[in-house]
Amino acid sequence: MKAPVSWIRELVDLPAEVTTEALAARLTDLGLKLEAIERPGDQITGPLVVGRVLTMEPEPQKNGKTINWCTVDVGAANGTGEPQGIVCGAHNFAPGDLVVVVLPGGVLPGGFEISARKTYGHVSAGMICSARELGLGDDHDGIIVLPADAGDPGADAFAVLGLDDEVIEFEINPDRAYALSLRGVARDAALAFDAPYTDPTDRELPEPDDAGHPVVVDDPAGCPVFAARTVAGLDPSAPSPDWMVRRLTQAGMRPISLAVDVTNYVMLETGRPIHGYDADKVRGALRVRRATAGERLTTLDGTDRELSPEDLVVTDDSGIIGLGGVMGGATTEMSGTTTRVLVEAAHWDPVSMFRTGKRHKLSSEAGKRNERGVDPTICGAAADRVVELLVAHGGGVAEPGFTLVGSPPEPDPIVLGGQLPARVTGIDVPVDAAVRHLEAVGCTVERDGDTLTATPPPWRPDLTDPFDLVEEVARVVGYDQVPSVVPTPTGGRGLTRSQRLRRRVGRTLAGAGCVEVISFPFTGPAALDALGLPADDPRRRTVPLANPISTEEPSYTTTLLPGLLKAAARNLGRGAAGVSLFETGTVAFPSDAGPAPIYGVEWRPTEAELEKLYDALPAQPLHLAVVLAGERERAGWWGPGREAGWADAVGLVRRLAAELGVALTVRAASLAPWHPGRCAELVVGDGDDQVVVGHAGELHPRVCQAVGVPARSAAVELDLDALLRYAEDVVPGPELSSFPVAKEDVALLVDASVTAAEVEAALREGAGDLLESIRLFDVYTGEQVGEGRKSLAFALRFRAPDRTLTEQETGAARDAAVAAAVARTGAVQR
Amino acid sequence: MSGPNTDYDPVEVTPLKPEEVEAARDAALAAIAGAADLEALKQVRIDHAGDRSALALANREIGALPPQARKEAGQRIGQARGAVTQALAARQAVLEAEHEERMLAEETVDVTLPTDRVPAGARHPLTTGSELIADIFVAMGWEVAEGPVIEAEWLNFDALNLGPDHPARTMQDTFWTDPPESGVVLRTHTSPVQARTMLTRTPPIYVVCPGRVFRTDEYDATHSPVFHQVEGLAIDEGITMAHLKGTLDHFATAMFGEGITTRFRPSYFPFTEPSAEVDLRCFVCRGVDSQDCRTCRGEGWIEWGGCGVVNPRVLTACGVDAERYTGFAFGMGIDRTLMFRHDIEDLRALFEGDVRFTTTFGSEL
Repeated sequence: MKAPVSWIRELVDLPAEVTTEALAARLTDLGLKLEAIERPGDQITGPLVVGRVLTMEPEPQKNGKTINWCTVDVGAANGTGEPQGIVCGAHNFAPGDLVVVVLPGGVLPGGFEISARKTYGHVSAGMICSARELGLGDDHDGIIVLPADAGDPGADAFAVLGLDDEVIEFEINPDRAYALSLRGVARDAALAFDAPYTDPTDRELPEPDDAGHPVVVDDPAGCPVFAARTVAGLDPSAPSPDWMVRRLTQAGMRPISLAVDVTNYVMLETGRPIHGYDADKVRGALRVRRATAGERLTTLDGTDRELSPEDLVVTDDSGIIGLGGVMGGATTEMSGTTTRVLVEAAHWDPVSMFRTGKRHKLSSEAGKRNERGVDPTICGAAADRVVELLVAHGGGVAEPGFTLVGSPPEPDPIVLGGQLPARVTGIDVPVDAAVRHLEAVGCTVERDGDTLTATPPPWRPDLTDPFDLVEEVARVVGYDQVPSVVPTPTGGRGLTRSQRLRRRVGRTLAGAGCVEVISFPFTGPAALDALGLPADDPRRRTVPLANPISTEEPSYTTTLLPGLLKAAARNLGRGAAGVSLFETGTVAFPSDAGPAPIYGVEWRPTEAELEKLYDALPAQPLHLAVVLAGERERAGWWGPGREAGWADAVGLVRRLAAELGVALTVRAASLAPWHPGRCAELVVGDGDDQVVVGHAGELHPRVCQAVGVPARSAAVELDLDALLRYAEDVVPGPELSSFPVAKEDVALLVDASVTAAEVEAALREGAGDLLESIRLFDVYTGEQVGEGRKSLAFALRFRAPDRTLTEQETGAARDAAVAAAVARTGAVQR
Repeated sequence: MSGPNTDYDPVEVTPLKPEEVEAARDAALAAIAGAADLEALKQVRIDHAGDRSALALANREIGALPPQARKEAGQRIGQARGAVTQALAARQAVLEAEHEERMLAEETVDVTLPTDRVPAGARHPLTTGSELIADIFVAMGWEVAEGPVIEAEWLNFDALNLGPDHPARTMQDTFWTDPPESGVVLRTHTSPVQARTMLTRTPPIYVVCPGRVFRTDEYDATHSPVFHQVEGLAIDEGITMAHLKGTLDHFATAMFGEGITTRFRPSYFPFTEPSAEVDLRCFVCRGVDSQDCRTCRGEGWIEWGGCGVVNPRVLTACGVDAERYTGFAFGMGIDRTLMFRHDIEDLRALFEGDVRFTTTFGSEL
């Protein structure tokens, strides 16, 4: 909402010393937020004066243009009192007209400096200005011709043009629809400075009668009040007065024609949207009703629309002629030949306005006001003001008759405890002060002891609850009066276990050289194809979005890998030799239990209802993914660098599991997007409770190629929620033996297909309780062991809690371990 | 070796003559002093303090002396051997020190060589920033609440007093899951976590909810369809706007430094009444000579977020006794907060995944 300060001051008698900044600041304190202060004259430096054209000589030029060589009386403004010679290219004026002259030394918007200069064979000492040259609008058809009474030659033109008027632009919150009018802004300005206020809708109105244009309202709930007046005998060519054009322009509206400008002006002034019909095109009585399914209307923006049975329409004998409160129809639109105007000022149901606007994607200044709520009591006054302005400036006459159908809805009184404002705000507001402040914002208040019954004023349909009134009291007292008191909760439980573990996950991975990435969780078929996911892969069953940002990525993602791979490729493309990236984020898998119900808000839904709601939501596990691409260790003085590979990926998971106290089992697996022979599944839990939480390994060569990362890049993706469920909670303290350790190495020959983990598990089980640790220290394949075979060398450490082990004991344990490996994996001891 | 001199036989044994002993001692001391390195000293030790050394041999002869001579001879030889042993130890220490010094000198390396074999990792500033915020509140006795990002429409809107016809409902440009009738949206704010908390817990409630949120905004230097918010909710008996102000002042000071507080301006949010915009005192210019400050653009204050007293309608919908309890709520963008805290020009830097950006923040706590 843009409010010219002169217009505000017309309605509220502010002390002269109140600056625009102070006014804007106080209104911001009251909830009308300052966006910007515009000063149209800011970019102009004088002398800018009123001039009277004395002579003008048209002089045709070789280039086909005709210029006017003028002499202009600028009074004493030029220091000599002699007429000023000026060349002017415009032709829309005549000797005797008052014009706006910028004299040499002046500067116009855009840093355009004016000096006396030779042009078209004359010395042109200044310029006669157009509106556009002064930054006053787009009008460049000619220069500004001032009204005859604008001022004497030589007078300062800043004030004459309103260039000294400042405009405050406010951001108006949806609850303060009253401030979408000068009436409302000025009311709060009066409140802020305790200054006398004139309500522009406070007018003497004629008695409603049956003499005016007939109106029938079939749907009083949708249109509780409908006022109509008619003005005839308008001069269609009558221009809008300069002050009106200026104010409309300042308020950000484009001047169009007198009739349209007047309706807009009155809307800005009162907040009440007005519709004007070309009365000669209206056939019979106006009627308000809901549309029936299938009806259509061409609105005055030229769009043919199919109407909904919820839309409120205005009809005449010809059919539908307007979408009530939202937009008029083309058939009765005012035009350049309109001489009779039927003025409609009606109050419409805000919810209906909102729905119709949304349905037809129509947003307008009128719609914005109608859907947020306008004072329903001012329909007659607004129509009367329109009539007054049309008669005054269009040469028309008001036809007899004032149609007023319906009556404004009464605001419901609100009962509140007088202490409530103090109790909610923490400001010391005595009850009588609360009453005073509520009255100051227009409420009628009855006090019974400490109980108040406040009836909001008709321009405040947003005030419905006691807490709404608390806010009114608080803003009048001032939000800066709210004290600052730190509350003292009764003791929290700190971070949850999961929250602490997640911090640890991030720190562990960062400590291992990985950089965290946050990417957008959207995906699409192309990204999933690049991963080589088969058609029936569960990761292809995504949660689709109705309005995705990009048609390429129409769904919420089921895997973090596409985002991470994209980031990896971007880093490599920007010159990184290698990247190690990780991300933790939710992915989503659709629920079959939808749709999610929508309950009322009058009471809490039952547990069963909430269950139904939660079940309808997609499953949203927190995933962790890592991508290792290119150089993992740098080359340097220490030797060559090393490319990332499957072992780095699996190693990170093992390190993470160790940090979290999760017993992790790594098994060979085969899953896209990993290399089928270099993919590990990550298993937690034991026995029947084993769960595969994710996969790690080298990416499939085709995937590397498709996403643009080096071959042999590696990746991890796992369900972090699942992993964290298996994290050790309370770790039991170990009992350490101080007896000596006995070391035994064994080398076992196995088939190449036997995994190290299988052999290790067999050894571990066979070795029994005396085994302290086991570690694979060598893998050998080659001629000595034969084709399809490999040799695995393990270092075993034995220790007893209570004694030094004898050689026999250690040997027996080692033999038992080997025997188990032989039995379970077909191993042969070397 | 001579046998024990059991019979008295006052024969003088040459090596036991004082001058001989002194000579042997002096020879030993001279050899020790002359030993140039540990190897040479080792030989000197064998020659002059070993089993076959003159003093050792002399020592052995003491037993053969008549008892009245033994004491004096023993003392003399003992002193001589002591002097040699001491000199050996001292020389040993000197030579060892010299050796060590030389060896260490030889082993000198260029410690300024790079050691970054594995490049450094880093967590994302949004993660560390969220944790910092959580820690500030946990220190006040609050807890950190979380909820799903794909949320029921009822929890994202209706339960928060944003009914289907509320104009504010279209102000938040929402991502809907398909079909739109599914009643499921990408949450437009972290407020549904507040609703969930109220639905599952009984007051007093003091929770902060940091998390990822979604709006169908254009992606540019200051807007992103995916961003992060932190909201706070306190429900207790006797909670007022003053507690809200106190909490936000404390938060601002903890995050931006001593003297950085907040101010309120009236505003509108459906889930709070009264509602306020909260501005943060500019932590760069501190409101002094603000006109040239590029952080607050001359305002002296930075728009930080929204807040207010929880609308009793929201309490009721979430099963909290609105007669007994009042509450406050606040919310602000984490991304935006970090942008001005770290002077980040373009929001998109947070989501590009460029390691050069993120590793800069590796030292953030």
